[in-house]
Amino acid sequence: MTIRKIAAASAVVAAAAMSGQVAIAADDPIKIGLLVTQEGTFAKAGSDGIRGFELALRQADSMAGGRDIEWVLGPTDGKPDTALRAARKLVESDGVDLIIGPLSGSEGIAMRDYAKTVPDITIINGVSSAMETTFVDPAPNFFRFNIQGAQAGYGLGSYVVNEKGWTRVATVAADYSFGYTNFLGFAADFCQAGGEIAERFWVPLGSSDFGAVIAAMPDDIDAIYLGVGGTDAINFLNQYEQAGAETNLIGSSIIADQSVLTAKGSAKEALIGTPAAGWQAADNDLPEWQAFVAAYQAGWPEDERFPSPSLYASLYYNATVATLTALNEVGGDLAEGQQAFRDALAAVEMDSPLGHIKLDENRQAIGSVYISEVVENADGTGLTTRMVSRTDNVNATFGLSTEEFMVKVGLPSRDTPDCDALRGN
Amino acid sequence: MSEFARKHPVWTGLIVLAVLFAIWAIFAPWPAGFEDIFGRKKVFLNALFSGITLGALYFLVASGFTLIFGLMRNVNLAHGSLYLLGGYLGYEFAEWTGLWLLSFLVVFVVMGCVGIAMQYLVFRRLEGQDLRQTLVTIGISVVAADIMLWIWGGQSYQVLSPDWLSGPMQLPLVTGYNREGALVYLKYPKVRLAILLAAIAIGIGIWLALNRTRVGMVIRAGVDDRDILGAMGVPIGPVFLGVFAFGAGLAGMAGIVGGTFQSIAPGEDTRFLMASLVVVIVGGMGSVQGAAIGALLIGLAEQLGSVYMPTYAVVLTFLIMAAVLAFRPQGLMGRRG
Repeated sequence: MTIRKIAAASAVVAAAAMSGQVAIAADDPIKIGLLVTQEGTFAKAGSDGIRGFELALRQADSMAGGRDIEWVLGPTDGKPDTALRAARKLVESDGVDLIIGPLSGSEGIAMRDYAKTVPDITIINGVSSAMETTFVDPAPNFFRFNIQGAQAGYGLGSYVVNEKGWTRVATVAADYSFGYTNFLGFAADFCQAGGEIAERFWVPLGSSDFGAVIAAMPDDIDAIYLGVGGTDAINFLNQYEQAGAETNLIGSSIIADQSVLTAKGSAKEALIGTPAAGWQAADNDLPEWQAFVAAYQAGWPEDERFPSPSLYASLYYNATVATLTALNEVGGDLAEGQQAFRDALAAVEMDSPLGHIKLDENRQAIGSVYISEVVENADGTGLTTRMVSRTDNVNATFGLSTEEFMVKVGLPSRDTPDCDALRGN
Repeated sequence: MSEFARKHPVWTGLIVLAVLFAIWAIFAPWPAGFEDIFGRKKVFLNALFSGITLGALYFLVASGFTLIFGLMRNVNLAHGSLYLLGGYLGYEFAEWTGLWLLSFLVVFVVMGCVGIAMQYLVFRRLEGQDLRQTLVTIGISVVAADIMLWIWGGQSYQVLSPDWLSGPMQLPLVTGYNREGALVYLKYPKVRLAILLAAIAIGIGIWLALNRTRVGMVIRAGVDDRDILGAMGVPIGPVFLGVFAFGAGLAGMAGIVGGTFQSIAPGEDTRFLMASLVVVIVGGMGSVQGAAIGALLIGLAEQLGSVYMPTYAVVLTFLIMAAVLAFRPQGLMGRRG
């Protein structure tokens, strides 16, 4: 008797649920796949990226355009093949509508190519900042709301030449697309300002032993440009300090960041006074930035976050806010190949915590670059950054036309830019 | 020695010349023409020292591996997991107490117990079944890797060396002249020198224990023929347990060493398993001296390779392995069995 009752009841419930589903088909939750690194060099960085993403969702009550938002994690290890596998899984087995991510440069290029094979999905970049992703053969359904590595490194070169008087440097940078891109941003400007690059060292992503590179540094240089990030940077700095830390450092865009500055050990001492250019400055006085920092700090207990948001949190936050804004614009309408949503996304302009952001015709952000210097924080317990300058509206080609850019600078690679040629101009 | 010299006078002469050249290259400042061809001496010396230090680390991992194999005919493919687990535990202990040196002892004991548990619960039941042992240890390493990923996450950890070991130390080795013409001496991180010295001390200790003590005699006899040894009434069970515990403890300690001068992260387990396999294949299965020579060769090949032929550095290691397999398949110090 009771069994029959339960059976009947569950049948009713099931029927109700099914009819309900039919009735509210348009109000199904929107499913977002979050592609982010959880292993390797950028594992901790990726976790802060998730906090940025969650913060944006919390502020919107996990709703956009009248529909609930659900999300699925697609963990990667920073390599393009893993990112591709994770993205396929998100699309094919989790059935997501949108992907936010990835985090690492070469993953971004893999996602651009993958995006072309899934025309019904839209990918909004997380942090990945290789130039080619939006510059060479871009995908119509790949959007990037952060400035890429070359933009983020721009202005630092002339700053160290003119303000610091460092004109001869050796460079150590990660041997993959983001390393090239970020280096290009620094070097193009540095060489034009009259700087000279004594030697370029390229180290694989995920390197842990830098002894040989540190030993091979030329003696007569003013500074070392350090273009590695995450735990690679922490390893380098510890070993550099152990080997005597004999010259100045210049930071790439992922050095003067909470993910490196909060590292334990002697790495810190080597960093004080290091200038760097990047997406954000910890002491930026923009009200949007101040509000974002406060929300981040209120969102998690102190031991579960960085003292202040890392760039990974900020960039995932921005990408998510842009996505939610566009979803609100179209009332959550993702029908017909998401065309309305994409048009809305391309038109998004926002006064983000990192400054004003809009997209160019390649769906690549035009935004602000900050130059900061690493300093000890107020109570002397750790490091933070002090903002030196901010440049707004930096575009992907530093204001040059695409043709001019290709002739004068060229696409990022180990040998680009040609420093002597740039200095000659 | 003198017999060899009498039999092969030409070879002896060449070897003496090579040694003299090596001594000159290490101690004397290089003339300008020489530096043009081989790069700066500072780079060479640093690569040489890094190679030896890396070799020392490989030796710590591989000596346990080779002993276990030699004695028990047991390829423990979970050896890398022992290395990684030791590194994580050492990190936790050093973070918690701030006592870096003590963490070695603690980890050695804890990992020794883990080794005893593995021998007692797993290998004892599978004695003589090589294929099963191999499969079971692969299984253990996969499960252990996932559990460690679950507990410690995907980021890498650095074990911090104490203050008295941080910073560089000046060695009495000339690297060249500075702009004023004064001699410049090599600076090398203290912590790496300490690791090198400790590895040498452990190596000598193992050698003495194997060659000068009764237990060592039993182990050597067991490596040669454990069935006869058992038949003669020697209790081989406890010896097996002891050797397994010692090997596991060494691997765990090596984890702290690796975490101090590089870092520990998921994936390091397979990296060090591969390294120990190569070292043991080059050096000869079951031979501690072989492990020392193999570790030194592979460490030097990796570091000198990464400086002088960066693109092919990875290949170099395997070229050495292939050459050894082709011309001396039992390994440099191995015995034909």
